[in-house]
Amino acid sequence: MAAKPAHGQARAPINKTCKIFIGGKFPRTESGRYYLFSNNSESAPYTANICRSSRKDFRNAVVAARAAQNGWATASAYLRGQILYRIAEILEGRREQFASELKLQGASTRQANSEVDASIDRLVYFAGWSDKYQQIFSTVNPVSSSHFNFSVLEPSGVVAVLSPECDPMQFGLLALVSNIAPVIVGGNTCVLLAEETHPLTAISLAEVLQASDVPGGVVNILTGSKSELVDFFASHKDVNCIVHSEANNANSTRIQQLASENLKRVVQRPVAQWHGETMQNPYLIKDTQEVKTTWHPIGS
Amino acid sequence: MSDAHNTLKFDTGWQYAPAPESTDHVRIDKKYGLFINGKFTAPSQGKYFTTSNPATQERLSRIAIAGKSDVNRAVKAARKAYENVWSKMPARERAKYIFRIARGLQERAREFSVIETMDGGKPIRESRDVDIPLAAAHFFYYAGWADKLEYAFPGAGVKSLGVAGQIVPWNFPLLMAAWKIAPALACGNTVVLKPAETTSLTALKLAELIQDIGLPPGVVNIVTGAGATGAALVDHPDVNKIAFTGSTAVGRSIMHSIAGTEKKYTLELGGKAANIIFADAPVDQAVEGVVNAIFFNQGHVCCAGSRLLVQESVADELIHKLKERMHTLILGNPLDKNTDIGAINSRAQLDKINSYLKIGKNEGGNMFQAPCTLPSKGYWCPPTIFTDMAQSNRLVQEEIFGPVLAIQTFRTAAEAVTKANNTPYGLSGGVWTDKGSKIFKVTSALKAGVVWANTFNKFDPTSPFGGYKESGIGREGGAHGLSAYLAMEVNHGR
Amino acid sequence: MAQKRKRLPNLDRVNPVDETGVNERVARFCTRSIKNDSKHTALKLVLSMIDLTTLEGQDTPGKVKQLCQKAIHLHDNLPGLPTVAAVCVYPNMVGIAKQALMGYGINVASVATAFPSGMSSRDIKLEETRNAVADGADEIDMVISRGAFLAGEYAYVFDEIAAVKEACGKAHLKVILETGELVTLDRVKKASVLAIQAGADFIKTSTGKIQPAATMQVTLIMLQTIREHYYATGEKVGMKPAGGISTSKLAIHYLVMLRETLGDEWMTPDLFRFGASSLANDVLMQLQRQADGLYQSPDYFSKD
Repeated sequence: MAAKPAHGQARAPINKTCKIFIGGKFPRTESGRYYLFSNNSESAPYTANICRSSRKDFRNAVVAARAAQNGWATASAYLRGQILYRIAEILEGRREQFASELKLQGASTRQANSEVDASIDRLVYFAGWSDKYQQIFSTVNPVSSSHFNFSVLEPSGVVAVLSPECDPMQFGLLALVSNIAPVIVGGNTCVLLAEETHPLTAISLAEVLQASDVPGGVVNILTGSKSELVDFFASHKDVNCIVHSEANNANSTRIQQLASENLKRVVQRPVAQWHGETMQNPYLIKDTQEVKTTWHPIGS
Repeated sequence: MSDAHNTLKFDTGWQYAPAPESTDHVRIDKKYGLFINGKFTAPSQGKYFTTSNPATQERLSRIAIAGKSDVNRAVKAARKAYENVWSKMPARERAKYIFRIARGLQERAREFSVIETMDGGKPIRESRDVDIPLAAAHFFYYAGWADKLEYAFPGAGVKSLGVAGQIVPWNFPLLMAAWKIAPALACGNTVVLKPAETTSLTALKLAELIQDIGLPPGVVNIVTGAGATGAALVDHPDVNKIAFTGSTAVGRSIMHSIAGTEKKYTLELGGKAANIIFADAPVDQAVEGVVNAIFFNQGHVCCAGSRLLVQESVADELIHKLKERMHTLILGNPLDKNTDIGAINSRAQLDKINSYLKIGKNEGGNMFQAPCTLPSKGYWCPPTIFTDMAQSNRLVQEEIFGPVLAIQTFRTAAEAVTKANNTPYGLSGGVWTDKGSKIFKVTSALKAGVVWANTFNKFDPTSPFGGYKESGIGREGGAHGLSAYLAMEVNHGR
Repeated sequence: MAQKRKRLPNLDRVNPVDETGVNERVARFCTRSIKNDSKHTALKLVLSMIDLTTLEGQDTPGKVKQLCQKAIHLHDNLPGLPTVAAVCVYPNMVGIAKQALMGYGINVASVATAFPSGMSSRDIKLEETRNAVADGADEIDMVISRGAFLAGEYAYVFDEIAAVKEACGKAHLKVILETGELVTLDRVKKASVLAIQAGADFIKTSTGKIQPAATMQVTLIMLQTIREHYYATGEKVGMKPAGGISTSKLAIHYLVMLRETLGDEWMTPDLFRFGASSLANDVLMQLQRQADGLYQSPDYFSKD
């Protein structure tokens, strides 16, 4: 569907079919359902049929994320950094597209440009951490026995991310990038549910990811209804960690209750201004990591 | 080596005479109240339970049962101490109190060891050489952190949480209390601790020590009782943090019940660790590693190596040597300095273990038990191994928390790793090989929080401990253990 | 049984050793608390396992005779004591010792094969061995060629041991590995396998001339190698730690280690010896203390 052609205009624009992103491919939801996105503009109305993903789409996405996880985690830190940087490069090249989608999602021109800038910069920021966070957080532990003892971070595994909708000053891209980057830079794979009100940038970001050497399944993006899917995100037993920004409401309670079923890690991101510098720190990477401690004997 | 191994004799010649540790320097009161606001006080409902020696079934003392109102009193005392004293005290002064606790434990180590053994049933050799010295070492380690926290989390802006509610298990009573209390205090929090029902005594002795070293009242409070007391602590609205060590089932219910609150939590839960022995392992040391992995503290260890995965080409030799080694394990009076295997902690735990022995036999496992005479009183289980086990057996899948080892064989490293990870748990693991590069490949592939290479069941205050998956959330020990008791400004207090 | 030996073993297939694990195991033995009756039994057993030793350049017939007197009369104040197992001397003292010990059931052990370095030709080593046996040595304590072993010339070392064993005739052969010069436990294990396969009746840690001499760590590795040989063949090889074991407390730690590694059947001088000179008096002082309840002074125990 589409921006409608004005009467008398010579050429009707071709509009993109909005799909979801699973295992590096762009299927439509298996459920065949949709919801209508609209920019609520009378002067330049735009609507799109957005996939309303089902629990089965989520299940498939978790399978894809699990399949990709070991390979992604064992890729070199250098390579992961390069790939994150590549995402930034591709995004930079498509900034006009993202700016216009952000405007369809409610941003002013200034806000849209600023959000694209911030999103690219954030990707670069986390790309740079790929081969450094381990050096910040790993420890050599001086145990009393004759052992070389060290602790390193390892990715939690498959991370489910509920994209936050809490910041009225951002329009769907920055929060998305800010949630994905620290998760994947640390070797996790993720299944992300885009904000219901900001689906366009999520879908386009998926296209950027596909064009950026990100292995299929490392990031999976669904669109749809959070209230419908939150229980499955929180309860799936092959998900190791759930990241959300629900601020102590019924959803956050429900998430922790369901997550307890498999002792899933629950990372509650602050309700935050995503533009703020405080949303850039390596502790956000550590949130979705496990600490592994190894004892190695010293002897001859 | 051929299938037919010759065997050695261990029961016909020179034996060790009894060498019991003396108990006459030990003071256990007939009755213990609740330690709240620096004083021992009677429980509001006046109820007590009996704690007894699992090796003799003799009564040791009567312990107060804390009800809801008692827990509330304790939390209030902790809150007041937090607001008025502990959070305002300069960090270096806080440190000095924690150092004092460490020193006090060292000075009274013998008494603590004996009581730990009498109350819990573990061999005196372990309480003397492991539990008590490690508990003191934890206080020493974390005392030093108190005034250095900003260096552990650069740029994070860390601050204390408030009141920590802590619940510890019966397998390492004092040591687990130390693991919980030391970092909490160092990070500027105050504490309400609930010891396990069957093993409260050393926590109460610690309370006496805390009185004697002059810790400000209310900074550490100890409430005794059973599950209901723990639940009251978990559910108390003025507790900022729950630290729990115990079963996965209870850990899950805690996580569930505090959902929707701002309470932070760390959970150290169950395990079913695999000890992987490759054909190129130092076999004789590996045998010791297996013994230490599963028979240490009667197998009452969450990180116990309760599964043995041994490469087929060395399985025969290793299992023969293991059986021979089991002949030399001494089971009996836990206070005897030569005892290797003490008493099972309680009747309930013994029943559970015995039910698993039945399950193992029904599953077609080949059971071998160390040939030892069990004392007529008390709760005992001889060291037990099951050979010919498979991944599909319950003995391989479920945590028994006793001296029971399930042995499987494997052919390739990939198979071993798959089997080792094929469990909802992920607390620990062991890898035995002489090849360094293989150690790192396999330890990296194990989904477990602590991996021991060519050793097992080693602990140190500097070494983070905690599990992946259903074995828990968070780490205790080391610099990583601090974050359990701090909030970060940079991430808006989370 | 014996025909199973005398084949050069493949030392690449010997189980590796983890030093840290060995240290921990040894520490465990040392926590055993041996009291009362079991201490008494242990102390007497230790006495009976001692190879009373003098291996000095300044040894004379007079010194050797005095040492033999000590072997016969350990401490006559205490009735019912065993004698030591053997007196261990240089080859040129074998005749003296043999005469002094005649009729007392105490063996004469002689070091041989260019002890302590072993740096001589094979012919001379064999000649020395045959002479010591001819002079009456019941036991020969040979040294392996460490240089050759470290150079990887295992066949040379193996053949040398086998040849000395043959030269011993009826005398028992103890093979000294000189573990202090092998340095690593892995090499101790390999040398033990080699010595056993080549025909050793006993394997022995040290000459006493190199530091470190016997340690519980190397002894444990050697006991475990003996155990593996027993598991495979049923044949019992003896063990002799030598040098540095001078207190009864340490000797009892060794006995604990022996018992928990090889079991009851090795708890005999036929299969376990201590190579020591000052150990005997420390054991005697402990036994005397058990007898009269008083702490003892060395002045009351003969030093020969």
